[in-house]
Amino acid sequence: MSRRARMVLLALGLAGAVVVLAVGVLGLPAFGGHRHPYRDLAVAASFRHATANAVSAVNFDQRALDTFGEETILVASVAGVAALLRPVRRERRRQVDPEMPVMDSTRLLTAVFFPVTLLIGIDVVAHGAITPGGGFQGGVVLATGLHLLYVGGRYRLLERMRPLPLFEITEAAGLVSFIAIGLAGLAVAGHLFSNVVPQGRMGQLTSAGTVGLLSCAVGMAVVSSVVILLAGFLDQALALEEEPAAGQWDGREGAAR
Amino acid sequence: MIGFLAYYPYAVAGAIVLLGLVGIAISRDLVHAVVCLSVCQSGTYVFLLAVGYQYGGIAPIFGSTVHRGTPVVDPVVQALSLTDIVVSAAITSMLLALVIQIAKRRGTVDPDELRSLEG
Repeated sequence: MSRRARMVLLALGLAGAVVVLAVGVLGLPAFGGHRHPYRDLAVAASFRHATANAVSAVNFDQRALDTFGEETILVASVAGVAALLRPVRRERRRQVDPEMPVMDSTRLLTAVFFPVTLLIGIDVVAHGAITPGGGFQGGVVLATGLHLLYVGGRYRLLERMRPLPLFEITEAAGLVSFIAIGLAGLAVAGHLFSNVVPQGRMGQLTSAGTVGLLSCAVGMAVVSSVVILLAGFLDQALALEEEPAAGQWDGREGAAR
Repeated sequence: MIGFLAYYPYAVAGAIVLLGLVGIAISRDLVHAVVCLSVCQSGTYVFLLAVGYQYGGIAPIFGSTVHRGTPVVDPVVQALSLTDIVVSAAITSMLLALVIQIAKRRGTVDPDELRSLEG
């Protein structure tokens, strides 16, 4: 199809999409209104289990099975990326040059923010039930904090700080402990992911029962997933190079096979 | 005027999705196409949060200042946007890994030059 024909088709499709979206949106309740039936139900359920953060209550209590599916998607995508980013035949691994030119101010900021970010990440994961945050957000903060070392030119230190075999184990352990907490609920109360742990008083660190535990399990899986993902991409950029003897690549080898 | 404002955020969400689609369609670089897909998905975040908003509502984190009766925004759609973001990150990483492999095998990331099928 020529580019011109494709643009005509695109315009037609967009016009159709605009009409469908407009019809759909006009049937919605007006923006900012007071009627939110799901909100009222979710807030009531959140109070029943003494969970101060209603978003975490939805994620880790009311819809915990969905969150398990979501976490599985993340772990599966990490496996997919790892499979896609294997070194191909004409590549070999090289030592990454530790002497990357980095500005002194960047080094200083990295040294200051590396511990601070890790601490904030742990805080966000641990207090997921009572303050804004939770396993997903905290996990990403933790993984980002770890990769500040790369920004600061300390790639070798980063490699030492993230032993990938260990992170592969903690990723799986996060997923397994998530479903284990759910199965414990099934065994004790007869419902998958029922909140069987005593919920304490709202706003305390030990409140909300399983919400905090599930948040920690997710945090463990997310931090490992992000670290493994970024390790794969950094490897592609830094540690892999083409074999020098491989000859000129004409891009048709796959077709000939 | 009130009628316009009542649907304006939804229109913004729809516009972001459609702009992302246009970007994918006219893209000459697969990385650009992947980023445009992320733009599309950001439209869904805006839409979800717009659905759950209430004028005067505050964040649904209860504590000493926010009580049972305080008007809060909808936590359900916020949780859904979180799910959305995680899935979006998973998809983006998979697609970028695919782009890397395409670049290695074919030596180009221009979708127009990647027409022939290859086994």
